[in-house]
Amino acid sequence: MRRRPFFWMMLAAASVIFLYPFVWLVVASLKPRSHTFADPFVPWPDPFAPENYAVVWEAVPMLAWLVNTVLVGLAAALAVTLSSAFVAFGFAYFRFPGRNVIFASVLGTMMLPAAVTLVPTYLIWHAAGLTGTQVPLWAGNLFGSAFYIFLLRQFLLGVPRYVFEAARVDGATYLDLFWRIAVPLAKPALIIAFVFELKASWFDLMKPLVYLQDPSLFTLPRGLKAVVDQFYQGGDPKWELVLAASVITTLPLVVVFFAGQRYFVQGVATTGHR
Amino acid sequence: MRPETRWAYVFVLPWLIGLVLFQLGPMLASLALSFTEYDLISSPEFAGTANYARMAQDPKVAVAIGNTVLYTALHVPLAITLALGLALMLNRIGGRGAGVFRTIFYLPSMTPYVAVGVLFLFLLNGQAGMVNQFLGLFGVEGPQWTTDPDWILPGIVLMSLWNLGSTTIILFAALRNVPAELAEAAMIDGAGAWARFRRITLPMISPALFFVVIINTIASLQMFDQVYAMFFGNQVTQQASGDSALFYVVYLFQQAFQFLHMGYASALAWVLFLVIALITLVQWKLGGRLVHYEAGERA
Repeated sequence: MRRRPFFWMMLAAASVIFLYPFVWLVVASLKPRSHTFADPFVPWPDPFAPENYAVVWEAVPMLAWLVNTVLVGLAAALAVTLSSAFVAFGFAYFRFPGRNVIFASVLGTMMLPAAVTLVPTYLIWHAAGLTGTQVPLWAGNLFGSAFYIFLLRQFLLGVPRYVFEAARVDGATYLDLFWRIAVPLAKPALIIAFVFELKASWFDLMKPLVYLQDPSLFTLPRGLKAVVDQFYQGGDPKWELVLAASVITTLPLVVVFFAGQRYFVQGVATTGHR
Repeated sequence: MRPETRWAYVFVLPWLIGLVLFQLGPMLASLALSFTEYDLISSPEFAGTANYARMAQDPKVAVAIGNTVLYTALHVPLAITLALGLALMLNRIGGRGAGVFRTIFYLPSMTPYVAVGVLFLFLLNGQAGMVNQFLGLFGVEGPQWTTDPDWILPGIVLMSLWNLGSTTIILFAALRNVPAELAEAAMIDGAGAWARFRRITLPMISPALFFVVIINTIASLQMFDQVYAMFFGNQVTQQASGDSALFYVVYLFQQAFQFLHMGYASALAWVLFLVIALITLVQWKLGGRLVHYEAGERA
């Protein structure tokens, strides 16, 4: 422990590097345009211009984007959590011909890059007449996702068999076993799947870029991209609006993170999900 | 069929449907499409290997591959070295304090990639951005990170290093599983700090290190959101950056959805798939030799 002061200095420096960009973002979003880049190391807004938020809220359909993001996120997260749990229970509880082959297909698709299936998946939704709607943003999740199926199966394998067998003796159906025993017991793992998918959906730019044209249907990342394209460059850049929109895009997720922090940390540590 | 078996298939049915509809089906479809010309309006026309031949001659493909490979080669070792440093710091703090700092390190990972890209457009701004103002404090004149073709890629790497949260958490979790007795025993035997790190800690966490190398490599090769948010989809930025921010998936996206070259985009996608599959395979082969597994750990 000889080098303690040096150690704490390193730690403080690292913390500042990770935190200060947030501080700068929030502070700059609360300053008038003429001061956006001024005094970057002063951690409070001077002059103070909170009206930036009202202006961007009026200039673009911010509320609609926020609502869209929440709804799409909830649909995506709920769909993937329930369907993955359903499938995971099938793998964890039953022994059936072909089980290992099918489970191998789960493992095999885990590393499949999304870019590879981008074009044909688009063609499917195009053929179904659903491009231009929000359906492709979440409906693919109804069939489970390899990472979560794997995670939930591992979790359910840890449940002692006699718990299920006892319920069977008492006349429970297989659906009862899933809904009344597996789902409640797997709650921590279900929450991990849910918060991760909510985050993934909230992050996604590619799908909204591909599928949405009508700005009133945009999610926040797609909306923020539109705001940047419209206001960042050109003869009369409106930086303060870009910054305020960035804060609005980021802040709700940070709140979710603090509410469900231990699930995020556990989730990253156990699944290695990014 | 026994009712139990029937129910088993009912439970795995959603996966099987999804596998056919959204994984295997699209993969095979994109393989087939890669041998056609298809613009979404007229029906696909068989083109043989024309798309692959075109790829070999397309200068933009060469640029995109160059940028993507260079980015990956810079990002992966830097990100993992820095994340390991952070994880070692967390491990040394221990207890509740470690939790607080882990939260701080992970927070940037909760920022949507588009917002990260936008934020760094400001931070890396050549005239007035915070990064260059900070360098200015030491009398260093920072480069034009967002407009100088030579500095755009280093700027993107710098941005990517703000996002070390997941890698740090994975390595920290691995460090916590290294039994303290091992280090203590080595210390009694007179091993110094570096020897303990090199001979005990590193081998013990090598499976986790190996894992983060793989996931970071695969993610780097598919870089899209941040870069697209910063440099594409807008005439002004696109012209300013030229091709120096052209990543492979960005080019694939442009070919598919800007130019509606669905066949060509499918060929690009399949080459990416093969490259990622190959890299994963090579890394597994190498990993088998370099990684130390405790007995029974490799299930």
